[in-house]
Amino acid sequence: MKLELAGITKSFGSLLANDHVDLVVEEGQVHSLLGENGAGKTTLMNILFGLLHADSGEIRIDGQPVRFADPGEAVRRGIGMVHQHFMLVPVFSVAENIVLGFEPTKRFGFLDRRRARSEIRRLSHEFGLDVDPDARVEDLPVGAQQRVEILKALMRDAQLLILDEPTAVLTPQETEGLFKVIRSLASSGRSVLFITHKLKEVLAVADSITVMRLGRVVGNTTPDKASEAELASMMVGRDVELVVSKEPAKPGAPVLEVAGLTVVDDRGVRVVDHVSLEVRAGEILAVAGVQGNGQTELAEAITGLGQTGRVSGSVRLGGRDITGATPRQALRAGIANVPEDRQVDGLVLSMTIADNLVLDLYDQPPYARHGARDLAKVHSDGERKVKEFDIRASSVDDPVSALSGGNQQKVIVARELSRPIKLLVASQPTRGLDVGSIEYVHRRIVAERDKGAAVLVISSELDEVFALGDRIAVMYRGKVVGVVPPTASREQVGLMMAGVPPSEVEAAVAGSNGAGRQQDNDAPGAGGAQERAGTPGAGGAREGR
Amino acid sequence: MSTTVAPAREISGATAPSPTPWWLSSLRWMAEANLAVVTFLAIVFGLFVGAILIVVTTPATLSAWGHLGSEPGRSLSVIFSTLGNAYGALFTGSIFSPSTLGHAISTGTGWNTAFTPISETMVSATPLILAGTGVALGFSTGVFNIGGQGQLICGALAATYVGFGVHLPQAPHLVLVVLAGAAGGAVAGFIPGFLKARTGAHEVIVTIMLNYIFLNLLNYLLVTPPLQQPGQANAISRTVPPTARLPHLFGGGLRVNVGFLIALGVAAAASWFMRRSTLGFEFKVIGANPSAGRTAGMDVRRATVLVLTISGALVGMAGMATLSGTDFFLSSGYGGNNGFNAITVALLGRNRPLGVVLGSLLFAALSTGGRYLQATTNIPLDLTQVIQAVIVFLVATPALVKEIFRLREAGASKILLFSKGWGG
Repeated sequence: MKLELAGITKSFGSLLANDHVDLVVEEGQVHSLLGENGAGKTTLMNILFGLLHADSGEIRIDGQPVRFADPGEAVRRGIGMVHQHFMLVPVFSVAENIVLGFEPTKRFGFLDRRRARSEIRRLSHEFGLDVDPDARVEDLPVGAQQRVEILKALMRDAQLLILDEPTAVLTPQETEGLFKVIRSLASSGRSVLFITHKLKEVLAVADSITVMRLGRVVGNTTPDKASEAELASMMVGRDVELVVSKEPAKPGAPVLEVAGLTVVDDRGVRVVDHVSLEVRAGEILAVAGVQGNGQTELAEAITGLGQTGRVSGSVRLGGRDITGATPRQALRAGIANVPEDRQVDGLVLSMTIADNLVLDLYDQPPYARHGARDLAKVHSDGERKVKEFDIRASSVDDPVSALSGGNQQKVIVARELSRPIKLLVASQPTRGLDVGSIEYVHRRIVAERDKGAAVLVISSELDEVFALGDRIAVMYRGKVVGVVPPTASREQVGLMMAGVPPSEVEAAVAGSNGAGRQQDNDAPGAGGAQERAGTPGAGGAREGR
Repeated sequence: MSTTVAPAREISGATAPSPTPWWLSSLRWMAEANLAVVTFLAIVFGLFVGAILIVVTTPATLSAWGHLGSEPGRSLSVIFSTLGNAYGALFTGSIFSPSTLGHAISTGTGWNTAFTPISETMVSATPLILAGTGVALGFSTGVFNIGGQGQLICGALAATYVGFGVHLPQAPHLVLVVLAGAAGGAVAGFIPGFLKARTGAHEVIVTIMLNYIFLNLLNYLLVTPPLQQPGQANAISRTVPPTARLPHLFGGGLRVNVGFLIALGVAAAASWFMRRSTLGFEFKVIGANPSAGRTAGMDVRRATVLVLTISGALVGMAGMATLSGTDFFLSSGYGGNNGFNAITVALLGRNRPLGVVLGSLLFAALSTGGRYLQATTNIPLDLTQVIQAVIVFLVATPALVKEIFRLREAGASKILLFSKGWGG
């Protein structure tokens, strides 16, 4: 199906969200729509999907002008959308979710489960969408839930599939799997409209690229004509440092010493298994690993958030034993914590920016005296920090929920770096952020290192691990597989993330058919990781909600 | 879907700087679905529903309907005069009667009669303000204290024991009675708080069940010495001596007493507490997002225990206020619906102490006015309860009010409802 959007304009009040946007997606093409958060991508897609109506402009399918009053009409015309936040019923099975809304029935209105299942099997086989139709959705890892969403669209005979930021929640392996699916969809003659702000992915999967900025199309290109840096500057409107420049580390005395740390979860599984690590002052240790391999629990144990009775081993900060400290004790001992899920653990969305900036020190001078808060001081310091950390907000009295993801993360960073710290623990610090904010957060983390703090960065993004780490530790199934210098290859680290010990990695990489071997090793590794993430309580399951 | 949020946000940012004349912005404010407007319209709509009920149920208006075709003028005048009388009685019975007030002004006597309605409204509002503030404090912290009835009984029980068991001059005795009421409620609130913090038992279930326990504990104590009135077979307690009674504010005739001032003081203190104190901030953070609170170093369990204890203490003071203010002895089922109405006024006041005070006064006015209405016309008290229910219903569903009155989406002061239910 060929889709054309011509001169689409949509304004909200005085804000022009889409300004004469033109976009053409050819049949069998993967078209990438690239832009920062707030560039108008989502508005455009909502117009295309019938959720919003354009003020002017035209949508054409195979040359025919169409108007969609609601998403139902868009679906009937062969448009499928996979939203960033999945629209699945967690307690239903995969098959039930897929047929929900147009259930195949036998006589007397009984559900024809068998037909549903066989149809799902056929489609999942055709496009390599590996999902068990009888699994319950809530038990599935995020990647598999996304495959269910894609199947849902395909079952409704979608000829154009819109994927809105599909990789924001995926691990590198899952992302790779998704790309295979996208390519097989395109080769079957379907069109894919892929919305993202991640440059590498665009270059990896797109046939053509449209870049949007501030509601306008600022350029059309193809992956072979554009580099990451060019795309980034088109998207942001200025030159961007994709990899933050940093001096070599000058490590000082050990700050964080973790020895034999073990965390047992409520099912009795050792999610962190005898981990020993050391982070010195003035260095960044990056912990790589597929989501759900114990990194979250490791960070929690260090920052005092681990459940009492489930953590053993020792954690020392600057020589002082802080094992089993409460979150407040850990915080006052000089640990800054940028938590993994910023909206759940990092911010109180309904409260003001100023209040969120003092969530840690609300009861300390100068923000409070004798149990009474000094609101004027909270306000004025808030304004200072908003300037200092380049948080784009109209007022510090606005709720923090009014900010974009990148600015929300800056609020957390501003708060955590505004007190004297010995150790910074940052978990997935740039997940879901746009290029400009990633650059900013990375610069701040490196600056903190250069001021002499020890930094522990936990990330499942290899780019980030290599950009920041002075040393890279790789975790797999709760254990540290090995620690390597940042000069190690991506391939090496990728293999270790799949559980291959460093000694074997050297052999594998040294082998002449190294590339082929990696692929072979990757597949079972990825599968294993998904299995783990799928079990309740692991990191992946939490994100699915 | 979170994706549609972005544009809306940017609009408010974009329109903010343009200066608008005050009259235009205040007109806009009135057309918005904001807090004050929604509450006001809910009251208007509640009275409107009440008017319809009166028109379709009162015998006089019913027969007038029959003659609407033949004598429209007379029928309409019957209908409107019935309505006028009913709402006039509601006003007269809860606030003041213009004629008795006029009489008092012209003759200089009969002041008591003139001020009795408003005094009674303040008397009824006193326990609602205290208990409502307590419940609101819990709600703001994400804790659902449904145990008002039990905590109120405990407060009243403690106040009664200290009332008849201790012999002191009035001032120190009253201080002790007030503290005892708070302490009794605090104990009753501490129990579910402790159980929740220790075992994770949900406070809704625990507090509801504790209501029965305390209700029956009261029934048991009422037939057991030393609480039972000596020489009595009935389940009523000893009467507290005059030294344990809250003095009337305006002398003998009017029942409004120091308890009302205590209630206003407590509401003012609670308001300061939630806006300015560090503990209040902690409560609000934990109420809005306990995970973020914990990550920022707050002790969620401690806060849970504390807020339920404080909430219980305030509800307990409500029991003390009725006991020492107007009743002076306990009887079976003491406190009536005050414990539950506290939840309603907390909702009506949107968990803000000032809102609770206004909501309690409205509620109390409808109750006292309703009794007068029943006595002077043939309209039953149930009518005012329907009006109360409609008002609360609409305040709890701002979207409905917005729809009925075609209001615009509110900007900055958009209404936030309790976003959390049983999960908390």
